[in-house]
Amino acid sequence: MNQYRADLHIHSVLSPCADLEMSPVNIVNRAKALGLDIIAVTDHNSTLHCPLTVELASRVGILAVYGAEVTTREEVHCVCLVEDEPKRKLLQQFLEDNIQRVPNNVDIFGYQVVVNEQEEIVQEIDYLLHGALNKGINEVEAFVHSIGGIFIPAHADRPKYSITSQLGFVPPDLNYDAIELSRFTTEEKFLASNPFVRKKRFVRSSDAHMIDQIGSISTMLTMCGLTFKDLKESILALD
Amino acid sequence: MTVADIVKALDLKVFSGNEGLNQEIVGGYTSDLLSDVMGNADAGMVWITLQTHINVMAIASLKELAAIILVKGLEPEANTLQQSNNEGIPILGTNLQAFEITGKLYQLLNK
Repeated sequence: MNQYRADLHIHSVLSPCADLEMSPVNIVNRAKALGLDIIAVTDHNSTLHCPLTVELASRVGILAVYGAEVTTREEVHCVCLVEDEPKRKLLQQFLEDNIQRVPNNVDIFGYQVVVNEQEEIVQEIDYLLHGALNKGINEVEAFVHSIGGIFIPAHADRPKYSITSQLGFVPPDLNYDAIELSRFTTEEKFLASNPFVRKKRFVRSSDAHMIDQIGSISTMLTMCGLTFKDLKESILALD
Repeated sequence: MTVADIVKALDLKVFSGNEGLNQEIVGGYTSDLLSDVMGNADAGMVWITLQTHINVMAIASLKELAAIILVKGLEPEANTLQQSNNEGIPILGTNLQAFEITGKLYQLLNK
């Protein structure tokens, strides 16, 4: 078994709120410099920067995982991770089919762009990625698991867009794989205010929107090898 | 004024929780953040929301709310409806949006 350091929640420039510097090239270079073993670029309701990130990361021995930070109908942010390019396409289709389409106003939210390795813009998304899906949290969870993915309610301790802010508490029957906690709390503090959480599996991720936030908090995972399957097994074994 | 009275006056649909229709109403609270309702709503209030998740019932039960009104024609999820029947806290529905139904309920309670 090996110990790997993971940051499973990083935004790229595709997210309207992320810094312009957050290109896949810069994210992977930064992750390498920091010694991260596993990263996930999880933009708001889009997976479009994952293929390039995965390719760049594989060249330097980092496992980059396909995924997105999905906004459920209740406006709970959930990190959803999937294994490979075919699964990413299924997730992307699910997101495009179900997001409430509101035109993006670039003056307010900034540009939502996909870039290539040379950092040239190859695509611009014209609907606001910050919107919510027409799918409730249980439906999003069921879909992600139907394609073998990992479902992690994001920044669960935070006062906005979190499972606790939107739904009051962690629903006892919700089939999550882990709960993500932000850098503003600890497992002990979270459990003190949420004593009825059943599955005590926690990951810590940076939710980086700027380059120097990457890896600012991370999770050490015990894994056989550096694959998605090993990642999922190690997360399910956290409690 | 009881839950049954506002059902009649505001032409609300009763989805579930009929046992609680005779409950007295002391006021209302309009919010879609369950953490906010948990912190600020009082017993006997009618809660106006667009949230349909089962956690709505847990909050309503915890705060001893009189009833829930779902806005914009939204319907409760199946397990939410079941829990409403178990708890005897009615889930009501309207095609109006939150602003409109809140205004009507406010007027009715402050006549």
